Amino acid sequence: MAIESSVATPVAWPRRHMGKLLLLLIVVAWLVFGAPKSRVFQALIQWSPSLAIGFGQNILISLVAIALGSVLGLLVGALALSPLKLARLPARIWVQIFRNAPWLVLIYFTTYVFPFEIHIGSSYISFPDWVKVTIGLALPASANVAEIFRGAIASIPSTQWEAARSLAFTRGQIFRSIILPQCFKRMLPPWMNLYAVITMGTALASLVGVHDVIDTAQIASNTVNITGFTVLIYLSLLALFFAYCYPISRLTQRLERRYAFY
Amino acid sequence: MPSTETVAEPLVRLRDMHLSFGNNPVLKGIDLDVQRGQAVSIIGPSGSGKSTILRCITGLLQPQRGTIRVGSTDVHTLSKEAERIELRKRVGFVFQQYNLFPHLSVLENLVIAPRKVLGRDRVTAEKEARALLAKVRMEHKADAYPGQLSGGQQQRVAIARALAMRPELILFDEVTSALDPETVGEVLTVIRELTEEGMTCVLVTHEMRFAEEISDVVYFTENGLIVEHGSAEQIFQRPTSERTQEFLRHALGDPGRRAPVANDPYLLTNLSRYSLSV
Repeated sequence: MAIESSVATPVAWPRRHMGKLLLLLIVVAWLVFGAPKSRVFQALIQWSPSLAIGFGQNILISLVAIALGSVLGLLVGALALSPLKLARLPARIWVQIFRNAPWLVLIYFTTYVFPFEIHIGSSYISFPDWVKVTIGLALPASANVAEIFRGAIASIPSTQWEAARSLAFTRGQIFRSIILPQCFKRMLPPWMNLYAVITMGTALASLVGVHDVIDTAQIASNTVNITGFTVLIYLSLLALFFAYCYPISRLTQRLERRYAFY
Repeated sequence: MPSTETVAEPLVRLRDMHLSFGNNPVLKGIDLDVQRGQAVSIIGPSGSGKSTILRCITGLLQPQRGTIRVGSTDVHTLSKEAERIELRKRVGFVFQQYNLFPHLSVLENLVIAPRKVLGRDRVTAEKEARALLAKVRMEHKADAYPGQLSGGQQQRVAIARALAMRPELILFDEVTSALDPETVGEVLTVIRELTEEGMTCVLVTHEMRFAEEISDVVYFTENGLIVEHGSAEQIFQRPTSERTQEFLRHALGDPGRRAPVANDPYLLTNLSRYSLSV
């Protein structure tokens, strides 16, 4: 798996990142010398606080969605591993439906299926749009987490089960002490990958009226109404998402390499 | 087949054991006795059901017919997992591929089963584990992880892990087959010491010299049947079955010679001097 990378010696730090450093230099130089005078850039500065708030909304949705999805996914995954066929079947159906449905459809689905408030006893609990979107994203997330979980369990060689059984462990003990600890390490990289994908998926939230970063950008571009600004603001959205997701994917790669041996 | 050594009640007694995987019969009537304190080797060609016998003894596999008795337990009648667990507390198993737990350090590999299964406290379990590691000469690697050890070292840890349960009986399933010739010795030394201490051992092995040296009784199996059994001296020096003789001749180093194929075109000396072009 890591044969090539272990053979080639990586070049020293500054030379390895030559292109990236150059790009960064150009951007900084442009920001310092070229940008401040332009109207487009001033408008961007003016709008950047609301962009940040909007992006905060995206991050909130992504975090709650992955948390909900993970809890739900582990439950579904555990159900899928049950020896009872009656328990496995609904888990299989859940996974297949939500893994194979377009996310946007699921988001529209949750937005229009759930009421805007829930009536419990005498109190009303409001059910804002962003929560509905979060649930819409948590559903495919849960299906994916369940698959990741099932895959991780299946990837533990059966000889581990046999060895543990020969040491007089019960099924539950084997699961808790031997299989699960090995699984979580294997699950971490694909799980983080899924989180990055969910984060990018939060961009769909604007389509059902959530006031997120995309929505903010649309309002800004309509208000300022300069073509250059529209280009710039969407570019900065790209940069924002990239800056958030790229470190996650790099960390994932590093973890994958670390756990490749063992 | 009346056994010749039925002086005392044997620790392990297999009678007429049949097992098949689907339509594929693997064991076709195995009779085997292991007395307390004996080292018993099972030899025979690959696929003759040797490992399957061991897995049946510890209840990892369930034979379709026949009786298995380990001590006072009738293994073939066990239907609940809890009963099999009670059996496995008394029977150790060492695998060909070591099967250590890769996420645990060497010491934790030895401690986990006594703690979780037998309910020992950590201090006692660790003290015993360290003593066992010293016994297999692995005490200097107590904090290493299995992935950092060589095959021979992993196998010695696996033996110590089985011993940590203080079993009455240990089953060795081709424990040196995955090792290189140099490290085979260090593992065999550990097993030899165990047999000298009087631990009851059943070994499935391809190390014929070793089996001859340490075994009290040797069984030769082929195609799911016991072809011949007797003392090590009897099996290795005066085998009665023709099949045993042939197997041992091959296994003990005489490379089976086949009659040369006449005019074999792939044999270098059969090439004419002009057929080689450079």
